[in-house]
Amino acid sequence: MQENENQPVSRDHAGFPWKQVIGLLLSLVLTFLALWIAVGHLLPVQPTIAIIVALAIFQAFIQLFMFMHVTEGTEPVHQLIGILFGIYVAFAVVGGTIWILYYQM
Amino acid sequence: MMDSITNFLSHFFVTGDPMIYGADASIALVSVAVLAVLTYFKKWKWLWNEWLTTVDHKKIGIMYIIAALLMFFRGGVDALMMRTQLAMPGLSFLNAEHYNQVFTTHGTIMIIFAAMPFIFGLMNIAVPLQIGARDVAFPFLNAVSFWLFFAGAMLFNLSFVIGGSPDAGWSSYAPFAGIELNPGVGQNYYVLAVQISGIGSLATGINFLVTILKMRAPGMKLFKMPMFSWSILITSVIIIFAFPAFTVALALMTIDRLFGAHFFTIAAGGSPMLWANLFWFWGHPEVYIVLLPVFGIFSDVIATFAHKTLFGYAVMVWSMIAISFLSFITWLHHFFTMGNTAPVNAFFSISTMLIAIPTGVKIFNWLFTLNKGRIEFTTPMLWALAFIPNFTIGGVTGVMLAMAPADYQYHNSYFLVAHFHSTLIAGTVFGIFCGLHYWWPKMFGYLLDEKKGKWAFWVFMISFNICFMPMYFLGLMGMTRRMYTYPAGLGWGPINFIMTIGAFGMGIGFAIMAYNIVWSAIHGKKDTTGDPWDGRTLEWSIASPAPEYNFAHIPTVSTRDAFETMKEEKRAGRAKPPAPFKPIHMPNNSGIPVIMSAFMFVAGFGFVFWWFWMAIPGVIGVIACLIARSFVYDDFHHIPVDEIERTERAAGRLS
Repeated sequence: MQENENQPVSRDHAGFPWKQVIGLLLSLVLTFLALWIAVGHLLPVQPTIAIIVALAIFQAFIQLFMFMHVTEGTEPVHQLIGILFGIYVAFAVVGGTIWILYYQM
Repeated sequence: MMDSITNFLSHFFVTGDPMIYGADASIALVSVAVLAVLTYFKKWKWLWNEWLTTVDHKKIGIMYIIAALLMFFRGGVDALMMRTQLAMPGLSFLNAEHYNQVFTTHGTIMIIFAAMPFIFGLMNIAVPLQIGARDVAFPFLNAVSFWLFFAGAMLFNLSFVIGGSPDAGWSSYAPFAGIELNPGVGQNYYVLAVQISGIGSLATGINFLVTILKMRAPGMKLFKMPMFSWSILITSVIIIFAFPAFTVALALMTIDRLFGAHFFTIAAGGSPMLWANLFWFWGHPEVYIVLLPVFGIFSDVIATFAHKTLFGYAVMVWSMIAISFLSFITWLHHFFTMGNTAPVNAFFSISTMLIAIPTGVKIFNWLFTLNKGRIEFTTPMLWALAFIPNFTIGGVTGVMLAMAPADYQYHNSYFLVAHFHSTLIAGTVFGIFCGLHYWWPKMFGYLLDEKKGKWAFWVFMISFNICFMPMYFLGLMGMTRRMYTYPAGLGWGPINFIMTIGAFGMGIGFAIMAYNIVWSAIHGKKDTTGDPWDGRTLEWSIASPAPEYNFAHIPTVSTRDAFETMKEEKRAGRAKPPAPFKPIHMPNNSGIPVIMSAFMFVAGFGFVFWWFWMAIPGVIGVIACLIARSFVYDDFHHIPVDEIERTERAAGRLS
């Protein structure tokens, strides 16, 4: 199939979209788990932050695999560049923010 | 009962200023006039079928540009009001609060509701045509993007007459933008309107990234793309990675303001500086989101009117890629003075200065493209040529500001204001006007008048310098930004008066351009060839205005200046005979984007006033539209061969 031509939406389903439903449920669970831990003050600050970060990284993988077709596509180099740039930007915003605001803590 | 209604209305509508009453009256009159004209000429159906529901990238582009021109007008009126207030010491044309609102709406509107949509409009029109595609990758999503932007823009502008405008500056720093210090609805308008249009911007970034990566004509390798398409590819990447930071920051501030959280207030352990940090993590890449596309426009325009291939193509691309990397690690230079440690300031000072290198490389590449070219001084070329020296002044003063110790002197002075207007006007505004004149024939099938265009250019460009050159010195003399008045005797008066003259000159330049658009719509020279500028890229290979399906045959590309090569082959008699037409697959129009955005507007308006009875049904409406869309399968049609033949024959393309 030529990619530079407009294409209709595929009509034939590959069954029920289990992948997306599981992804949605897992995302909801992880989000509300993080919220519950933070709002409920269940743990001291340091473990709370560690758990939230771990849940966030886990959820990022769920997004990549369940919704963002990271394993599909005709040109894997696009995926690779995208993910590397994403890691760079994530490092810039998280690392940079901690570095900038650290003296305030 | 009566009292409470009166009380509600006097807070709901902005009262007390004759200018606002004038605006109320003119908004009401214009609305009634538009409705009356549409009804009288029975144009409702036409409006719905041809424009409101369209998914055609060219029509969406035109709608973006119309909306952006209107917003540009509104932002310009804000600027003239500020310049009037500051023309002489101690004036009381605007009071302090009104002045705060005006500079806030000026900045927000110019960046988010004028510059960005104007660029989105130009890229909608030009990118698919330049890469030989029949539409963008996700035409429906493209319509959603436009209507979300439009809903956000309307919501933001509504604040002017209903409820009160935001007044914490376009950067909306906490803690002043928080609920304790800013209890009205104004800041709610800011966070929600900007959020709604930001969703649209993010979708546009994804759409054009996929379009450019996936829908290029056969043979068009990435390094054979026109430079404007390259710039949009890189801009899309920056949009995708920068906008989420802003989305998060706005969401946190919305939660703070609407539901009493404390992400940005110190009292409960929040950090106001975190707002500045997140805002500028988006805000600095945003500068490149509005600059890189115009770098692309200038590259194409300068190559076209120097009648040469672009000098240093690969270097141009790599310098843009370098800018995209560096743009994510310079954001702190917007708040050097907020009290960071010395190593932090040193790092961001150096990273900021580094950006001057790829930018300087681009400047020299444009100059070398001009070198020994056969330069033709058309209106788009004049904007492009004026850009080079004027923008360089903004760039050089940017390097001055990048030095953290020196920035303690320049920070928030008029020197800074002059710097960013030098880059954003001489870069972005000159660029969008350049692109507007350049692609106008491709949009509408006739040219804008050259003589009036050149008048508009000279008046605008000279006035720009009258307004912003003295501003640098005013800043060094100590005047800071966002002052609503100043006493006599400081020596600021004469400079401010000259600047006000320049600002009104720019207004006249814009008015001449508006007159040119109206005049040319009636008397403009028809573009019968589809190639009025002797262009080098594929958009000029098709008829003007571009047919619905863009390309009757998808072209095959082998060189960088694809259309130039085609013309050379034709001259040499080596052109291939055209293949027979095939039916063309096109996406169907859809009413869902405009309806969904209307629900989004309702939800946004409800949240602004803490009216959850209104906001929640709005959100439900948005979700219902999303669900409705996911069950639409018949979303395409085919244009039959005889219709293609008819269209091509009417455009004189079939002999």
